[in-house]
Amino acid sequence: MDLHQLWTILSTPDNVPIVLLLLVVPFYTWYGLRQSFANDRLIAQLEADPVMAKTHHRKTQPWQPGWAREVHVWPYLLRIELLAAIILTVILLVWSIALNAPLEEPANPTLTMNPSKAPWYFLGLQEMLVYFDPWMAGVVMPSLIIVGLMVIPYIDTNPLGNGYYTYKQRKFAILTFIFGFIVLWVSMIVIGTLIRGPGWMWFWPGTTWDHNRLIFEVNRDLPDLFGITGKVGKVAFGGFVVATYCIAAAMLVHKLITWNPFNRKIYSRMSVLQYTTMQIFLVVMLSLPMKIAARLLFRIKYIWVTPWFNI
Amino acid sequence: MPETNGHSNGTPPPSDAGNGNGAGAGNGNGGGKVGTLVTAAKAVQARAVEEMKETIKAPEKTDVWKSILRVKHDETPRSRALGVLSNVFLHLHPAKINRDAVAYDYTWGMGGMTFYVYITLVFTGTLLMFYYHPSKVVAFRDILYLENDVPFGKLLRNMHRWGAHLMVIMVELHMFRVFLTGSYKKPREFNWVVGVLLLVLTLLLSFTGYLLPDDQLGFWAVTVGTNMARATPLLGHAGPFGAQLGMTPFNDVRFGLLGGSIVDSNALLRAYIWHCVAIPILASAFMVVHFWRVRKDGGISGPAPMVLESEIKEIKKV
Repeated sequence: MDLHQLWTILSTPDNVPIVLLLLVVPFYTWYGLRQSFANDRLIAQLEADPVMAKTHHRKTQPWQPGWAREVHVWPYLLRIELLAAIILTVILLVWSIALNAPLEEPANPTLTMNPSKAPWYFLGLQEMLVYFDPWMAGVVMPSLIIVGLMVIPYIDTNPLGNGYYTYKQRKFAILTFIFGFIVLWVSMIVIGTLIRGPGWMWFWPGTTWDHNRLIFEVNRDLPDLFGITGKVGKVAFGGFVVATYCIAAAMLVHKLITWNPFNRKIYSRMSVLQYTTMQIFLVVMLSLPMKIAARLLFRIKYIWVTPWFNI
Repeated sequence: MPETNGHSNGTPPPSDAGNGNGAGAGNGNGGGKVGTLVTAAKAVQARAVEEMKETIKAPEKTDVWKSILRVKHDETPRSRALGVLSNVFLHLHPAKINRDAVAYDYTWGMGGMTFYVYITLVFTGTLLMFYYHPSKVVAFRDILYLENDVPFGKLLRNMHRWGAHLMVIMVELHMFRVFLTGSYKKPREFNWVVGVLLLVLTLLLSFTGYLLPDDQLGFWAVTVGTNMARATPLLGHAGPFGAQLGMTPFNDVRFGLLGGSIVDSNALLRAYIWHCVAIPILASAFMVVHFWRVRKDGGISGPAPMVLESEIKEIKKV
C-alpha cells in the first residue's frame, strides 16, 4: 500500500474538486432520495385513503388551514439569498487562501506530460477513449449526451412527479438518470482522475504509479477471435454483431418500459417518434457499459472493423 | 415659507420668535449690527441642527431617499411587494413565493448559487484581465507576476480557479435536482433545454480558461481535448470519411478551433477571446432567457401538491 502515492493524487490541487465531488454527489443523492421516499410514503397513504386524499394538502411539509400558502420574497427569500452569498464567499475565500491553484512549468510541446489529462470534468470522455475511437468518444458520444439530455422533457410522457421528489411514480426515469449521471459520468470521471496513471494504465488506489510498467495484454478484434479474416467478412460479421446488439438492447429497453402496469400506462401515452427517440438514446447509452465489459473482461478492441471506421 | 429642508411632512422650521427682538431695534449702536448677525446665525444653526435630527431620525422621509427607492418604506404587504418588483436587481423574483420553496431541502439553492459564483467569476476574471496578455511567452510571465508581485494576485487567481470548479459541480448538482423533482415537465420543457446549453457553455468556459496560464497542465489538457476534434466524422482529417472529403490538418475543424495545426499563439488568443468575451456574452444571454422563463413558466416548480396515479388525465388527441 503506497499511501504517499494516494496522498499525492488526492492532494493535487486540480483533483481536490473530485474529492469534493465524491462527497457531495452521494450526499445529495441521499438527500434527494430521502425526500422521495418520504413523499412516496405519503402517496401510498393517500392512494389507500380517498377521504384523506380529498382533504390533505399533499405535501410532507407541515400545513394548517389558515396558513398562507405563499410568503413574501422580502424578507423570507432575500435573507436566505444574502446568507447563501455570504457563506459561499467565505467558503471560496477560505478555499483560495488555503489552497493554491496549480501552475506547472511553461508550456513545452516537446515534453509530453505522462499521464496527460484533460480537465477533470472531461475525464469521463477521456476515459471513454479507452473503449472507443476518438471520433466516437470525443465527438459522437458528447454530442449524443448533449442532445440526449435536451430531449428528456419531450420523451418523458409520465405526467406524475412534476414539482416534487418521488421515486415510486418515476422509477424508470430516476434510475435511468442516476445510471447515466452517477454510474457513467461521475464514476468515469473518478476512474480517469484517481485510477488512471502513466500510460493511461489502470492503477488501483494505493498502488505506486510505475512509469516503467508494461502490460502484456493483446487486445483483439472480435472478428479475429472467430477466425474471420476477409475484409468483406469482417464488415459483414461486425455489422451483424452490432445489429444483434441493437436489437437485443432495444428489446431489453422495451421490456423495462413495459415492466409493470404503471409502466405500460406511461408507455401507451408515447407517440412513435417519442418511443423511437428514447430507444435510440438508450441503446447508445447502454453500448458504453457493454463495450467497457467487452474490453475489460475479454480484451476485445473492436467489434466492427471496416475500412472507414471501427467500433 | 418655501420648503427647502427636504422634508415633505412640512414640519415648520423652528420659529424665530425668541430671536427677533434685538434685530429690528436699530439704535445706531456699532455692536448692534454684530449682535443682530450673531443671533441670526444662531437661529440658522438651530434650524440646521433641527433638520439634521429629523433627517437622521427618519431618512426614508427625505426627498433624496424617495427619489432613489421610489416606493414607501413601511410595513405593509404592498410596500414589501413593491420593494421587490420595482427594484431592477430584485425584480427577477416574484413578490410572493411558495412557502415551502424557501426551505433548503427542495431546491438545494444550487441554481441561485451557481449564478452567484458566475458573478464572482466575472468579477475576479475582469480583475485578472488587467494583468494578463494573451500572447505566448508573456502569458506565463504574467501569471508569475500575478502570483508573486500583484497585491492579492494569488488570491485572485485562486478564487477564479476554484470558483470555476465550484461552478461546474454546482451546475451538475442543479441539473440533478431539477431531474429528481421532475421540474423539466410541462410547462418547463424548453427551459431544461436552455439549461443543458448553459451546462455546455459552463464546461466550455472552464475548458477555454484552462489554456490561458500557458503552462504544461493547460497546454497538454487542451492538446488532448482538441486532438479529439481531428477525429470528427466528416469534418476532421482523421475522422471517418474525413480524408475522403479532402480534410487535412490544415483545413479541418481542429484547425478552425486552434487557428493552426498545433496549440500555439493563435490557439492562446482564440481561447482568450472565447473565454473572456464570446462565451460569457452567450452564457449571459442564455441565463437571461433561463431566469425569464423560470418566471414565465410559473415560478419555481414546487414543492407542488402530489398527484396520485389514479388522477392521471388522458392526453388529448388532436
